[in-house]
Amino acid sequence: MQYTLLIVLLPLISFIFLGLMDSKLKPKVAGIIGTSVLGIITALSYTAAFEYFTMHKIAGVYERLIPLHIEWVRFTEFLHIDLGILLDPISIMMLVVITTVSFMVNLYSTSYMHGEKGFQRYFAFLSLFTFSMLGLVIATNIFQMYIFWELVGVSSYLLIGFYYTKPSAVAAAKKAFIVTRFADLGFLVGILFLSFYTKTFDFGILTSGNPNVFASTVGVSFMGLSVMSWAMGLIFIGGAGKSAMFPLQIWLPDAMEGPTPVSALIHAATMVVAGVYLVARLFPVYEVYAPDVLHGIAYIGAFTSLFAAVIACVQTDIKRVLAFSTISQIGFMMVGLGVSGYGAHEGLGYMASMFHLFTHAMFKALLFLGAGSVIHAVHSNEMKDMGGLRKYMPITNYTFLIACLAIAGIYPFSGFFSKDEILAATFEFSPYLGGVMSIIAGLTAFYMFRLYYSIFWGKGHKHAHDHTPHESPLAMSIPLIFLAVVTIFAGFIPFGHFVTSDLANYDIHLDMTVAVMSVSIAIFSIGIATLMYRKESKIPNIMGKTFSHLHKSASNRFYIDEVYIFITKKIIFKNISTPIAWFDKHIIDATMDGFAGVTQWTSVKIKGFQSGQVQQYAYIFLLGTLIIAALVLFV
Amino acid sequence: MDYSSFLQMREEFSLLVVMVILLVYDIFATEKALKQFQTVALSLFTLHTLLNCVPREAFAVAGGMFQYVPMQTYIKTILNIGTLIVLLQAHKYLDEDANRVKRGEFYFLTLSTLLGMYFMISSGNFLMFFIGLETASIPMATLVAFDKYNKKAAEAGAKYILSAVFASSISVFGISLIYGSTGTLYFNDIATVFTGTPLQLMAFVFFSVGLFFKISLVPFHLWTPDVYEGSQTNITSYLSVISKGAAVFVLFTLLVKVFPKIISDWQPILYGLAVLSITVANVFAIRQQNLKRFLAFSSISQAGYILLAIISGTALGMASLVYFVLVYMFSNLAAFGVLSVIEQRTSKVQMNDYNGLYQTNPKLSFVMMLALFSLAGIPPFAGFFSKFFIFSAAAQQGFYVLVFIALLNTIISLYYYLLVIKAMFLNTNEQPIETITSDIPVKISLVFCTIGILFVGLVSTFYDQIAVFSFGM
Repeated sequence: MQYTLLIVLLPLISFIFLGLMDSKLKPKVAGIIGTSVLGIITALSYTAAFEYFTMHKIAGVYERLIPLHIEWVRFTEFLHIDLGILLDPISIMMLVVITTVSFMVNLYSTSYMHGEKGFQRYFAFLSLFTFSMLGLVIATNIFQMYIFWELVGVSSYLLIGFYYTKPSAVAAAKKAFIVTRFADLGFLVGILFLSFYTKTFDFGILTSGNPNVFASTVGVSFMGLSVMSWAMGLIFIGGAGKSAMFPLQIWLPDAMEGPTPVSALIHAATMVVAGVYLVARLFPVYEVYAPDVLHGIAYIGAFTSLFAAVIACVQTDIKRVLAFSTISQIGFMMVGLGVSGYGAHEGLGYMASMFHLFTHAMFKALLFLGAGSVIHAVHSNEMKDMGGLRKYMPITNYTFLIACLAIAGIYPFSGFFSKDEILAATFEFSPYLGGVMSIIAGLTAFYMFRLYYSIFWGKGHKHAHDHTPHESPLAMSIPLIFLAVVTIFAGFIPFGHFVTSDLANYDIHLDMTVAVMSVSIAIFSIGIATLMYRKESKIPNIMGKTFSHLHKSASNRFYIDEVYIFITKKIIFKNISTPIAWFDKHIIDATMDGFAGVTQWTSVKIKGFQSGQVQQYAYIFLLGTLIIAALVLFV
Repeated sequence: MDYSSFLQMREEFSLLVVMVILLVYDIFATEKALKQFQTVALSLFTLHTLLNCVPREAFAVAGGMFQYVPMQTYIKTILNIGTLIVLLQAHKYLDEDANRVKRGEFYFLTLSTLLGMYFMISSGNFLMFFIGLETASIPMATLVAFDKYNKKAAEAGAKYILSAVFASSISVFGISLIYGSTGTLYFNDIATVFTGTPLQLMAFVFFSVGLFFKISLVPFHLWTPDVYEGSQTNITSYLSVISKGAAVFVLFTLLVKVFPKIISDWQPILYGLAVLSITVANVFAIRQQNLKRFLAFSSISQAGYILLAIISGTALGMASLVYFVLVYMFSNLAAFGVLSVIEQRTSKVQMNDYNGLYQTNPKLSFVMMLALFSLAGIPPFAGFFSKFFIFSAAAQQGFYVLVFIALLNTIISLYYYLLVIKAMFLNTNEQPIETITSDIPVKISLVFCTIGILFVGLVSTFYDQIAVFSFGM
């Protein structure tokens, strides 16, 4: 399956081409090139997925394929950096998810971004991002993953800050980059720990289950935690940064400053699940050597999920609601992984988490693209500027509704199946945690329908622009319809036949108790939302006043950003950075200036040697020779 | 004696054939046919490069006078590619009316110096070596004075020949002492009996300064800036890359092959010369306003870095040396290429003239920037990797202090390389250099160099290939 290399390389070529040509290309041509390249690699990914899932199975287990492997830089026998392509169920699944969503987003953007300044640059960056993300998922070793991990960070920075003349976009881009970069420091240190003790970067060796690989970690501990817990915990910090887990979630809501299709691509379907993918990739290591960290991941996931769901209930910017709902759903995936074990039924959580990743990518991309369509029509992100849009935008209305039903977990939409499996696995792990997750599922249904009703129902408000809102053009509705179809039917994919923790077959059984309970909670929550938001009603205001403290704190995202600002500005900057800055300015710079001064001075003093007189050159030449001879003979 | 074994010297013969064809062509071809002279010459030379780029089995000819090892193919190919780039860059200059009659000479002289370097690299005997050295030097002097009516060029030629003769005479004196103390001139024989008696040490020092001169190490470098400044820019680039490259290869082979027993004596010499060359050249480079002199000092300091690879005396050192020269060639030729284009069109070589170059010539500025970044050793350009390997070669042998000094010096060098970049991109200018459309051969050469700067570092195959062969040096 060598052609999988093309899947990664084509977006890179497209990026270089579009980047170099830039404004020499007509915007339309750039859009066509970007979109068609994505179309080609989407087709290639589907072919690869089909070929992989139909052909390679040895003793009921999917084989790991490495169609390409090169040693890139070799330092020592152990320390060498390789590049390659690893195909296994999760990487294949990610290829399908990334290319599909990216293709849809590209197509959508040709219309959405029409007439924007820097249209070509936008498509170049989209290609770069797709390249980085694909490189990340097919990485054969953790170092390659790290390289692409950083590239993903850079390209997302570029895309968030696409409107670089807008200060808020620039600030958001910087925030996203710094926060994730800060988390990546943990990732890097974790990688170094892990590879120092195991002497390898290779995923195949790390997850092979061979205890010899981890032999040298036995008994090594630091501050009461085993070295493996440290390594895997640090690696998870990297994942938590990209996947916006508490307390590193602060960048994601701000990142909504980027163009909406970018949010659909990066902040719904691909980059934010990189952390989930990372944990899934190293799952066998977590499960055996750092179970404590794995359980920690479950609790962090659950807390983040609850935290974000509460905030999502009171946000008024529709993209921010979606952003918090994304954080909440990723929390679900993390919980799924955290409560999972290894093997057939024990691995239910793993399977469910991957399944949710897949379905969530589709319906969340759909939600974002739908939101984009709405924003395109009313030129505002605020709920108060919307309402009653269902008459004007039928396609957007129906597709958005489908996605809302899916995320709320209503049968038979895809979200029902994946979320249900996560809940079932969580209940098996701990009934309390299961209960919490069920409540979060209820909150999800509530805030999503609050969003839905505020946009599409109720009275039409005065719109910022005078023209009546209208349905978006075809290039924008086709992705909506496609993703909606996927959202309806994806739940019936026998996912356990494809992706499981031990690569073997697993038949999904619906846990009826959990299913009935979760659907009832969802319907109940939707009912409340209908009551409160379908028509104008006083209830939201009354509720807001009754729980004014909660409401205010949630609207302010529980002041986490303020805490960060306090810690950075008041504590770190004041007590650490200022003295360091003084030291830098007065000691280090002064030393450097001293060096420069000495250099200049010497330079002036010895310029006489370069007199231009050849006889003097010969003299110095001879003198040099004799001095060397003397030194060699007598010293 | 069986002369057919001489035919094994394929590279040399092939180059000789190219030279003879060009000579005959230049003399006897019709006026019309002569119009295509450069095209023919360039294609012949390209053909020669391609034909001789595959390594063969090691062999010796003429009783060991001429010794071939596979690594030499890499070295000669690097020199060939470098020469090709220089010839491409000189295309426009040689097409000018005043120089058209001298084209044949230019090619013949350049290629004869190259032939001399071939023999120098493959020699197995000091006589052979000396002949090679002189074959490389004497036509070089005429090349330096190629613009013979230009006062500066004539002065540079005179300075070069005088200094070269001086260096050669000291070197040949050293060789005579070697012969006197060992009774042989064959490398293999000398290696066993050269144990480091005082006479032999003296002989070694006298002999090696000839090469130090070629590599232009401090304090044997004084000719360099004057000659670089005076001669035509393409010749300067040839001097700074090809001539220097050949000399460092030879120095390394000789030290390892012929003088392994006195390694404890030559390592300190190289140590001192490296520190002196890097530091002094950097200090001088800071003051330069003339970009040709500036690059002259920069190349002296780069030569100092090369010594870090040589000083290790290991196979890793050889690999990093060859790699360094390859990268240095691309970077330096790119810089000189841009310089020569601008000099030919506007005769401007001062740093001030480059103010605001980016506004009018973005592509040329960009290539120049890449070249300077690579020379300064900024990742991810090739120059970073080549410095990295050189430092690791030296550190592996325990020369930590030397590596540290070299590292400090890269900071100084970064300053002056950035000065040029600042001039091009940030400084404003009332009358910037007008927009230049460069001719196609120069474009090809610059694109080639740019590709080299970008990919030789990132694609590890280059280094791995070199490393494989360096173990059989």
